[in-house]
Amino acid sequence: MTSHQWALRESYTFDRNVIAEIRRAANTGVYRIRGFGAKRVLPTLDDLVFLGASMSRYPLEGYREACATDVIIGERTAENPVKLDIPITIAGMSFGSLSAEAKEALGRGASSVGTSTTTGDGGMTQEERGHSSILVYQYLPSRYGMNPDDLRQADAIEVVVGQGAKPGGGGMLLGQKITERVAGMRTLPEGIDQRSASRHPDWTGPDDLEIKITQLREVVDWKVPVYIKIGAARPYYDTTLAVKAGADAIVVDGMQGGTAATQDVFIEHVGIPTIAAIPEAVRALEDLGMHRDVKLIAAGGIRSGADVAKALALGADVVSIGTAALIAIGDNSPEREDEYRELGSSAGYWEDYQDGTDPAGITTQDPELSARLDPVIAGRRLANYLQVLTLEAQTLARACGKSHVHNLDTEDLAALTVEAAAMAGVPLAGTSWVPGRSDRY
Amino acid sequence: MTATFDLASSSVRDLNQALHDADRGSFHIANPRGAHAVAAGITSEIAVQIDGSVGYYCAGMHQRGAVHIYGNAGTGLAENIMSGSVHITGNATMSAGATGHGGLLVIEGNAGARCGISMKGVDIVVGGHVGHMTAFMAQAGDLVVLGDAAEDLGDSIYEARLFVRGDVASLGADCVEKEMRPEHTERLTQLLEASGLDASPADFARYGSARELYNFHPDDIDAEVAAAKGATS
Ligand SMILES: Cc1cc2nc3c(=O)[nH]c(=O)nc-3n(C[C@H](O)[C@H](O)[C@H](O)COP(=O)(O)O)c2cc1C
Repeated sequence: MTSHQWALRESYTFDRNVIAEIRRAANTGVYRIRGFGAKRVLPTLDDLVFLGASMSRYPLEGYREACATDVIIGERTAENPVKLDIPITIAGMSFGSLSAEAKEALGRGASSVGTSTTTGDGGMTQEERGHSSILVYQYLPSRYGMNPDDLRQADAIEVVVGQGAKPGGGGMLLGQKITERVAGMRTLPEGIDQRSASRHPDWTGPDDLEIKITQLREVVDWKVPVYIKIGAARPYYDTTLAVKAGADAIVVDGMQGGTAATQDVFIEHVGIPTIAAIPEAVRALEDLGMHRDVKLIAAGGIRSGADVAKALALGADVVSIGTAALIAIGDNSPEREDEYRELGSSAGYWEDYQDGTDPAGITTQDPELSARLDPVIAGRRLANYLQVLTLEAQTLARACGKSHVHNLDTEDLAALTVEAAAMAGVPLAGTSWVPGRSDRY
Repeated sequence: MTATFDLASSSVRDLNQALHDADRGSFHIANPRGAHAVAAGITSEIAVQIDGSVGYYCAGMHQRGAVHIYGNAGTGLAENIMSGSVHITGNATMSAGATGHGGLLVIEGNAGARCGISMKGVDIVVGGHVGHMTAFMAQAGDLVVLGDAAEDLGDSIYEARLFVRGDVASLGADCVEKEMRPEHTERLTQLLEASGLDASPADFARYGSARELYNFHPDDIDAEVAAAKGATS
């Protein structure tokens, strides 16, 4: 090699993944479908920091002083509001996309720390009802397995309008996972590549949704709260309309939100990041004078107690997790490295939830694979993980002098990037500048 | 004994609570005046007669009982019906019988758009015409239409069976006309009888899924090229 020869130079525009995707598309003629969430670099809650107590703020003692974490949802309307001990819930993930063992593990883990799990696109299984002390029942466009008897067994109802991974898109479950039981629950032929509806079949706008929510309340005799879940696209308007429609809680799922199977082009290119979505939803609630009355549940890329505390400081009441919970119970575990390699991936990279080949036995309907997941052990792992998230959030709240995690607010935050400052509406660190809201440095 | 609820003076909430608490008997509802969610969520074998027109989601999520409406209905009549029967003498607006899992819905008049959308086992008989996108994504159950069907009948249909006596403006994606075999005529005869509507099964055509959209059909040019190379080497 002569000294003037260039090193191999990868194009930023046509990098190796772009080239691989063009080749894949040229070979198959169908779009790429995968699981997991957005993998591209996005502004995240990592771009915010807590300021902590100092001369002008007084901290609470880290270990001794109480810092409460409880939340009540639906007091205004429901005879039996949802009472959570911690402000972290398990997001809706269907039986079908997940194995029965995984659903059981999620139920066990969440129940042991006093929080809820959620059904998904495909209805309720008695296993998950049995293992979840608080179970939220999703009411989705497909209405697969929608049964009023199950509705009446639920502790809350979540009307799903959209999901962060695919605002505007419907669910998907590929043929490999449509086993006899899954097909039976969804009234579909076995082995089809199932694409769920993206619109509800019997209401078309917020005025209709308001009537629909009243009907749901009538059917369950006004016993349980009703949530509305939206994919973060236009969270200010969607939150406003969800309040108008009568929701007790609004779930806002940012574009990082995980999925069991969605077109890659949707996962990476539709919706806005969680850090941008929460403040818009909060602004809508504040404009209506409903902040804290109607609860805000934020989701999409929540991984740590720091994320939890930051989401709450931005004004959310609760966060919800999907992917992190799956990782806690064993998804992408390095112990299965050899098998991930056989699947052409590696532990920490695997994203093919749609395939049903999960070596960890979580996102599969193959009984041999799912038998690998011990729901009791996995449930304990999830409980530990949820406990750590809670302890971390509490420790940060105490450092900011707060005796309830909900007392955290945007005053406790600074942003590390101009983008995060603009999206989150908090000052750029070291300045008092909030782009778009103040011109003062 | 028949209990009467006059919705001019009592609330839908009180009515529905009484219907949910009842395990037998018959109920007469007067002056519904377009109220929503009337008689939604019935679970027992009660008989309910409604005199007048109702709003959205009347008899929604219905189980076991029999509801008879003398009037017209708004959106989502008998949506997600599980069992039992719902019968209306007039017209039903959009999404009648949507996502129904079982039972029988009879509409003597016309049904609007999306009748039987995502139906999952319910049987629906419509005496008049049905609107566009009827039986969209219909999964299971039988839909009988004595009149005409508007555009895009049975779009993206799965295993539901559609029987139409009149004209079909157009069929939706993956919906095709199919042969009427004896078992279909027999089923249609039963449904017409159960509905109390008069028509000859011989006058109907059957529509259902071509099943072309059930799976993705990925190409694999690489494999083809490799195989061709293997064959020539
Ligand atoms: C395996 C899997 C299955 C999911 N299934 C559903 C579903 O049935 N309904 C739904 O509303 N969201 C579904 N989601 C999205 C989650 O409810 C939630 O919005 C998302 O996972 C939150 O983002 P996170 O994964 O980054 O925590 C699913 C997510 C995953 C990972």
